Amino acid sequence: MTHVPALLAASTLVHLAPVDFAIIVFYFLLVLAIGLYLKGRANTGEDFFMAGREMTAWVAGLAFLSANLGSLELMGWAGNAYKYGILAAHWYWIGAIPAMLFLALVMIPFYHICRTHSVPGYLKLRFGESSRALSAICFAFMTVLMSGINMYAMAVVMRVVLGWDIHFSIWVSSITVAVYVALGGLRSAIFNEVLQFFLIWAGALLIPILGLMEAGGWSGLKARILQNLTEQHVANPGAYTHLWSTLGDFGNNPMGINWVGIVFGLGAVISMGYWTTDFLVVQRVLSAKDLRSAKLAPIIGAAFKMMVPFIVILPGLLGLALLRDPSGHLLRLVPGDLAWSDAGRAQGLHGYDEVLPLMLARYCGPGLLGLGITALIAGFMSGMAGNVSAFATVWTYDIYGALINKHALDESKVKMGRWCTLLGVAVSIGTAYLVMQSHSIMDYVQALFSFFIAPLFGTVLLGMLWKRATPAGGFWGLLAGTMSSVGMWAWAKVDPGAVKYLALSLKAQDQAQNMFRALWCWLICVVVTIVVSFLTKPKPDAELTGLVYGLTTISHEEQVSVFQRPVFWAVIVGTVFVILQIIFW
Amino acid sequence: MKSGGSLSIWFFIGLSLLVNGILITGAGVWEIATHADNPVLSLNHHANIWWGGLLLVLGAVYCSRFSPARERARNAGNR
Repeated sequence: MTHVPALLAASTLVHLAPVDFAIIVFYFLLVLAIGLYLKGRANTGEDFFMAGREMTAWVAGLAFLSANLGSLELMGWAGNAYKYGILAAHWYWIGAIPAMLFLALVMIPFYHICRTHSVPGYLKLRFGESSRALSAICFAFMTVLMSGINMYAMAVVMRVVLGWDIHFSIWVSSITVAVYVALGGLRSAIFNEVLQFFLIWAGALLIPILGLMEAGGWSGLKARILQNLTEQHVANPGAYTHLWSTLGDFGNNPMGINWVGIVFGLGAVISMGYWTTDFLVVQRVLSAKDLRSAKLAPIIGAAFKMMVPFIVILPGLLGLALLRDPSGHLLRLVPGDLAWSDAGRAQGLHGYDEVLPLMLARYCGPGLLGLGITALIAGFMSGMAGNVSAFATVWTYDIYGALINKHALDESKVKMGRWCTLLGVAVSIGTAYLVMQSHSIMDYVQALFSFFIAPLFGTVLLGMLWKRATPAGGFWGLLAGTMSSVGMWAWAKVDPGAVKYLALSLKAQDQAQNMFRALWCWLICVVVTIVVSFLTKPKPDAELTGLVYGLTTISHEEQVSVFQRPVFWAVIVGTVFVILQIIFW
Repeated sequence: MKSGGSLSIWFFIGLSLLVNGILITGAGVWEIATHADNPVLSLNHHANIWWGGLLLVLGAVYCSRFSPARERARNAGNR
């Protein structure tokens, strides 16, 4: 997540030409046209909330990835790459690929076969109403609050990069998203996400290509980074271009993390939790037309996810190597708080998160600049549309339909979905203005969201793979995991020395603390679920058919060629993933 | 993936790439024709021309391949 306060009151980084404005305006007109065109295809609940469950693997897979590719994801992680070096790529590789393949091969069959509308909907079928209510309420509110924070952050970025009025950016972008999602539902959101996926790549891909040409390829880039960091007396500069070799100890790398935190905290818990249970992304896969397409969609998403560091991490590293100030001296980006202090502004400092716009301004002339800015706007809108459409579905099916009006007709659910879309956008706008008043709200909301994801993964995983898990076990495990995460976070806030116990080292930085907190609360969730399950009565097998491993018949794929089988492509993607780890070790 | 009408999602993507390609290539040609003094040009090797051209060609291929007329013909053939 980007450091938004750090970007306040920036001077304008780039100036747009008329052709750039034409490209941006065309983009807005096209997404609205798509929403209008699809309006007639969103009349039933299945159409509005699940896109008719008729998406191909490619469309579902690209939308699955695009919903995650928010512009702040792009800028924030480019900034992290500048700050931490290539270690930031872990969030795209071990922090995504194994989880996406696990979703495809292990979890999707259960989601797909039980025909659930949402992840809380699966919990209802598996563990009962209380687990569904807990997860639905947490997810729905956290989703729109996060959407508001992203909206505010995007508006601030637009002000920094382009000098646009913050209110103008908030209202124009959010109204556009509200219109096309309310009109066409999930189908419209998915169509636009696929379009946005292409625009993001078309707009961002030039930076690494031109940057590598200027730096003299990867070896030239590494040499320049080493030279620049050595000149600045940075400790262990080699750690900025190596993925794994410096993770033996917390103090050997700029992130202050070790391999246990990366492998188990990030790879095994946080990324598994996000990619397999966050309904924002899972909803796209549930829209696939059949089981094979649903399994292929995350694999296609994983293949492209592996390439995202090329347009996110590499620009951050290129910034370390190439950026110079107007007098030709090395330009050193600084933490956001410092860059936007009075002293920082007086000295013309730039924050880490500005590295991507700075590289954009370095290489892109008229036209290309408009496309690059469109890529950032498209990233924001795809993320927001994902949040809003997921919120509308969870609210309508898992809160309104389950707790408020249990006998709601399909027609009234669609109507509720349209209103929820508008409500979700309205709450997001309200959150954006709240954050404008008090930036600390943003830190709390982001922390709240992180509390929930890791334990939810524990609950869903046990629900799918262990038939002995009982409804009481599922509910109490989820609650205990969530509450323990809140407790650990509060403990570290009150007593910073607690980091020594929670993250195993006082040297652990924020990211490392998050990894370990996720790991512990996941373990607590799993242990509590198992203990309570052994003390309570399990559901009969007949009620678990289609929900649990061993009691679900999953169709085999002997009838299709090996090239059409998800497992074949998963092996290919997994092999490339391993090769990348070795190359950048 | 169809929308239910005759327009494929890939047609929209082709349209977007085509229009952006035309605008970006046009801006590149204009820069050369007017000998624009843009410091970015020394680093980007006239990317407006070749990157814009690439988008234009890709967009044209997608628009042609997934044009409404072809989609209608394909749908009629499938019936």
